[in-house]
Amino acid sequence: MQNYTVYVPRLTPKKEPFAPGHRACVGCGEALAVRLACKAFPPNTIVANATGCMEVISSQYPMTAWRVPWMHALFENAASVASGIEAALKALTRKDKRPDNGTKVVAMAGDGGTSDIGLQALSGALERGHDLLYICFDNEAYMNTGIQRSSATPFGAWTTTSPDGRESIGQKTWKKNMAAIAAAHDIPYVATACHSYPHDLMAKVAKGIAVPGPAYIHVLSVCPTGWRSAPDLSVRLGRLAVETGVFPLYEIENGEYKMSLELSTLRPLQDYLKLQGRFRHLSDDTIKEIQERVIKEYERIKERAR
Amino acid sequence: MGEKVGIEASIAIAEAAGLANPDVIAAYPITPQTHIVEHLAEMVANGEVNAEYIPVESEHSAMSACMGASATGARTFTATAGQGLELMHEALYIASSMQLPVVMTVANRALSAPINVWGDHSDMMAVRDTGWIQIVVENGQEAVDNVFCAFCIAEDQRVLLPVMIHIDGFHLTHVIEPIILPDREEVQKFIPPYNYPMPLDTDRPVTMGGVGPPTIYPEAKKRQDVKLRAARDVILEHWARFTKAFGRQYHPVERYRTEGAKILLMTMGSMSETAMGAIDKMRDEGIDVGLLKLKLWRPFPFEELQEAVREAELLVVVDRSISFGGPGGPFCSEVKAALYNQEKRSKVIGLVAGLGGRDISVDGFVGITHRGIEIAEKGDEQVLETYGVRE
Repeated sequence: MQNYTVYVPRLTPKKEPFAPGHRACVGCGEALAVRLACKAFPPNTIVANATGCMEVISSQYPMTAWRVPWMHALFENAASVASGIEAALKALTRKDKRPDNGTKVVAMAGDGGTSDIGLQALSGALERGHDLLYICFDNEAYMNTGIQRSSATPFGAWTTTSPDGRESIGQKTWKKNMAAIAAAHDIPYVATACHSYPHDLMAKVAKGIAVPGPAYIHVLSVCPTGWRSAPDLSVRLGRLAVETGVFPLYEIENGEYKMSLELSTLRPLQDYLKLQGRFRHLSDDTIKEIQERVIKEYERIKERAR
Repeated sequence: MGEKVGIEASIAIAEAAGLANPDVIAAYPITPQTHIVEHLAEMVANGEVNAEYIPVESEHSAMSACMGASATGARTFTATAGQGLELMHEALYIASSMQLPVVMTVANRALSAPINVWGDHSDMMAVRDTGWIQIVVENGQEAVDNVFCAFCIAEDQRVLLPVMIHIDGFHLTHVIEPIILPDREEVQKFIPPYNYPMPLDTDRPVTMGGVGPPTIYPEAKKRQDVKLRAARDVILEHWARFTKAFGRQYHPVERYRTEGAKILLMTMGSMSETAMGAIDKMRDEGIDVGLLKLKLWRPFPFEELQEAVREAELLVVVDRSISFGGPGGPFCSEVKAALYNQEKRSKVIGLVAGLGGRDISVDGFVGITHRGIEIAEKGDEQVLETYGVRE
């Protein structure tokens, strides 16, 4: 750990396009993920941001945490706004109305803005082949509005709209596989990442931006408020999500899967679940069911990466 | 000066949008607007228009992409109709509130259900308060002329607001008319180059669309209202410039045979042309009737309207949409509200007609006028009536 504190600052770009002083909760994994992603931006980057936690905590008038050009319009349209920005850059450059300084476009949204309400706009943008990177910062529920379930909420998790009770185990559905959905558009680059692996995250963001055409990165972002976890455990929880196989890190380059971190043995799922209040109610049987599914899914992705 | 040619209004509108040299066009197909974006796609494909054409997956994304493009400093155009305009609804507020001068033609269409693709003003009324400048035209030539004016108005540094041009679906969009299309050079001279003052630019980073807490939201909205109202003078200025350059005149409330008229009929959109026929017929019969045609829907032309009805005793307003459970047609409600504080004012009778593309003939307008006179004689201004509907 001591070595880590010595080397990491040297290997990490000093710039902070996403400035400190914003209003995120203590221990917010998403703010950390956004900060790291922004560090990997090339010099000329424009951000289109969906409504959600990050927009709310970063842009309250008269302050802003954004040192890059940043635009927020609505909840479900970050991909469409980014499409418009990208098309405008192309047209204006071609018509000599602005200098060709290689400006890049990044769209950002949460899991609700991506896998639910913004899925159509995202699919449209990926299908049309715009040169942009879309990053989903997935904290596994509508945290900004008060922890409501989304299609990215994991099976069994408590949220305010998937409460556990006599007739309910909590979230009844399995997490939507956004990386696979993005990859099904035959785009050149798809990846999963987590703020607990900062260099991996930054490298993937840089790659996603550099690749011509659309790219999609799905970033697991720990939310102590919604996950009912201790704020000082956010980085550890991200690592546990990866080490238990719950959230495998991989890339899909031109359809080819590649594990970013291949684990020969997975940690027991309970190591991850027991630190989070949202899974507190789960019975041993349900945990066993989830454990089996996690191993199966992990093996499936590993198989694809072979 | 361009030649007068027989051309479908939609195609002429697309030609006009193309002549305006847009940078980005984002559009989604919907009847009866499709011919506009089809023809634009064709012109882009043939290299006649140097623009990025984004074939988006919905109208919501059409407006969203236009907003992104406009914020980047691109001259931006789109078109829609009916349900498409409704799907855009929330995005319309963003475009006006964030001062993104998008230009959009709307082929006015009825709203479902039952599904109906024909001409109607329900879509226009539903977006009344979205903060857009809204111009209503009555024929293809007016549509073409106002596409040019719309870019001038929207992009004017004193305005920077989006502009919607309302064109009746089918009644106008699909009609072949003699239309004059100006030369490219004339249009270039008329529409100044576009310079958005605060684009998304990495050299000067701006934060657009931040959170507006109660400490600032009311001021932001008040400013928006002031800006939209102030746009009126700039609209008049560009219409005057247009007259100077091309000869044709536009006015927020246009009058037809209103001299000495005690009774005035009031319409907007394509039905104004038919209504003029009805006025001629009634004048021939010795009835002192004239016609007012509303051309500027937002900002609402209070002064011009008050001035136009000053001498009248009765104003019969024809609405092509209905306000369910409300105070009559929305157009008539607005007219009544605009005249309420006048010391001496005419009676105002509202009739709803022509919903969902049902034709209103010359005789129909004669009937509407007589029905208005009848209701006025009974003294009940509050009557809610839909003309020509089977009971």
